[in-house]
Amino acid sequence: MTVKTIKVDQLARVEGEGALKVVARDGVVQSAELNIFEPPRFFEAFLRDRMYTEAPDLTARICGICPVAYQMSAVHAMENALGVVVDGPLRALRRLIYCGEWIESHTLHVYMLHAPDFLGYEGAIEMARDHADIVRRALNLKKAGNSIIALLGGREIHPINVRVGGFYRTPRKRELQPLAEDLKRARDWALATVRWTAGFDFPDVERDYEFVALRGMGEYPFSQGRIASSRGLDISAAEYDEHFEETQVEHSTALHAHIKARGPFLTGPLARYALNAASLSPLAREAAQEAGLGIVCVNPFRSIIVRAVEVLYACDEALRIIDEYEEPERPAIDIEPRAGAGYAATEAPRGMLYHRYRLNADGKIADARIVPPTSQNQPSIEEDLKTFATAWLDLPDDALRRRCEQTIRNHDPCISCATHFLRLEIDRGG
Amino acid sequence: MDRARPKLAVWKFASCDGCQLSLLDCEDELLAIAGEVEIAYFLEATRATVEGPYDLSLVEGSVTTAHDAARIQDIRKQSRFLVTIGACATSGGVQALRNFADVREYAAIVYARPDYIQTLATSTAIAEHVKVDFELRGCPISTRQLVEVISAFLAGRKPQTPPHSVCVECKIAGNLCVMVGHGTPCLGPVTHAGCGAICPSYNRGCYGCYGPMETPNAPSLSAWLSKLGMDEDALKRVYRTFNANAEAFRKESERHDR
Repeated sequence: MTVKTIKVDQLARVEGEGALKVVARDGVVQSAELNIFEPPRFFEAFLRDRMYTEAPDLTARICGICPVAYQMSAVHAMENALGVVVDGPLRALRRLIYCGEWIESHTLHVYMLHAPDFLGYEGAIEMARDHADIVRRALNLKKAGNSIIALLGGREIHPINVRVGGFYRTPRKRELQPLAEDLKRARDWALATVRWTAGFDFPDVERDYEFVALRGMGEYPFSQGRIASSRGLDISAAEYDEHFEETQVEHSTALHAHIKARGPFLTGPLARYALNAASLSPLAREAAQEAGLGIVCVNPFRSIIVRAVEVLYACDEALRIIDEYEEPERPAIDIEPRAGAGYAATEAPRGMLYHRYRLNADGKIADARIVPPTSQNQPSIEEDLKTFATAWLDLPDDALRRRCEQTIRNHDPCISCATHFLRLEIDRGG
Repeated sequence: MDRARPKLAVWKFASCDGCQLSLLDCEDELLAIAGEVEIAYFLEATRATVEGPYDLSLVEGSVTTAHDAARIQDIRKQSRFLVTIGACATSGGVQALRNFADVREYAAIVYARPDYIQTLATSTAIAEHVKVDFELRGCPISTRQLVEVISAFLAGRKPQTPPHSVCVECKIAGNLCVMVGHGTPCLGPVTHAGCGAICPSYNRGCYGCYGPMETPNAPSLSAWLSKLGMDEDALKRVYRTFNANAEAFRKESERHDR
């Protein structure tokens, strides 16, 4: 029997610390493990006995790349527990800040973390030596997203202006106008990004994923909608625990999530697109069609195109919100603490993010549970490797290692989130 | 002729990745910085790595595992100039809340098999383990201050990061004092400047994410906060966030933890 092991001890161009180990026997991949060794930080433990008002700022610190997602899941879950609904312009502003995070985070991933795999560079800085104009476009597009977060949130990373019930201060209509000028340019760059990524060389592979995402009511989902799947799941966030379970494996400080009695599933851009493509803006829909995406995309390598389409959508949606914005009378609605349980799932750039809280009558957190997108995607990422890597076993070690890394980056794993990254080890015998 | 550029390394310990992301968030300066230094080790951005020693090491995150406690020693040996970036690296970060609790209980709350989890009982700042040449504050750091630190290093001068309180930044910004003006509790008087007084500019009290200023008088501030209606538990919690293990904040929170 020939045994082959391929290891990557420290994966680059992902957020956080992880490693990969692939074991092959007689030319067939037997197992693939994504080892997450990011040290645990125990958020769910120290959230206990904190006030409900503190959860958005505390949970934001789980991830510096998608803090808005953590803040949004936290505020929606708290509002669910406290029996209030934030609507109108405050809801529109929340969509707007989420647009900013999708633009910033997706652009970082598309250009700086993922594209170098397709074009044969070690990273974006090396890519900039040959493609300075493209990297400059990336930085400008990313900056447009960050400008939204900075204006609405006070700063790009760990924004300070989001609170349960709304915001601390809402912008005047005229403050948003300069953003609109930036976003019109950003929309052109985003369209160019879709066309650029559609021209990459993609391995011809497919996977039969169960896609899980929010299904927005007539709008592409950020924070609202039911949790739906491509195999008929249709539940509210409050029912999440009945249908999903997390298990712990020894090789990871991140928990692994499964659909009960069914197994791995996939969240993120491919899932959102599969369940909501009809709700994209006309421009984003046309661009997706021109890029050859179809109504569903089951080749994870092409997720880079879907991310680019979502950036284009986020630019369009942000422009719509700014255009229709009416200043709210008050920056936040009044809230009285009470005992209860609250649930929310929102769409972080890399996938669905679930929060659940139980509150005491004085508003203190009795119990918290957070399921980040990478925990949910980790079993599917391992399945991707198991499914695809057999065909690549004849590649030289370095090429095989790069392919495996790329396969992981297809899903933009955020290891900081999931632990709460990557050594690659490929064992192919011989 | 190609001149030798200083070698820059970026290291990660327990953290959210936000502070090293701040380097990639320098959208207007990133390519210029990449022209002045050799990015020798920065895994979030590139898989290409160059062997040490390194001229400038930026360290993000706190020490929470025995492995990391050994790793920082090795990084120090390989680094000519070592700068910590952010609240985790300079004070232990939000994960230092475990320092006030029993970490075994924490692990049992989060994990079904806490025995698989290897972690230290405390989360500690980098300076508790090795000599640190400069500490940059903030949760997260300010990109403007990060560019200042790198520029100062390249010019061979001391970085200009004023140690006064957020109050001074509010005065510079022309903000109405949120505490005096509308009775909003604010940690600005004891908090290190650097953010530009963002929270008060958004009608919110400062929550101390840059950690304590030089010589803060936290007991005096607590007396004022108490007059604004904060009870002992609220006073304990307000100092126990992203810099809970910074000495001045730790002591003040312990005074209200009875």
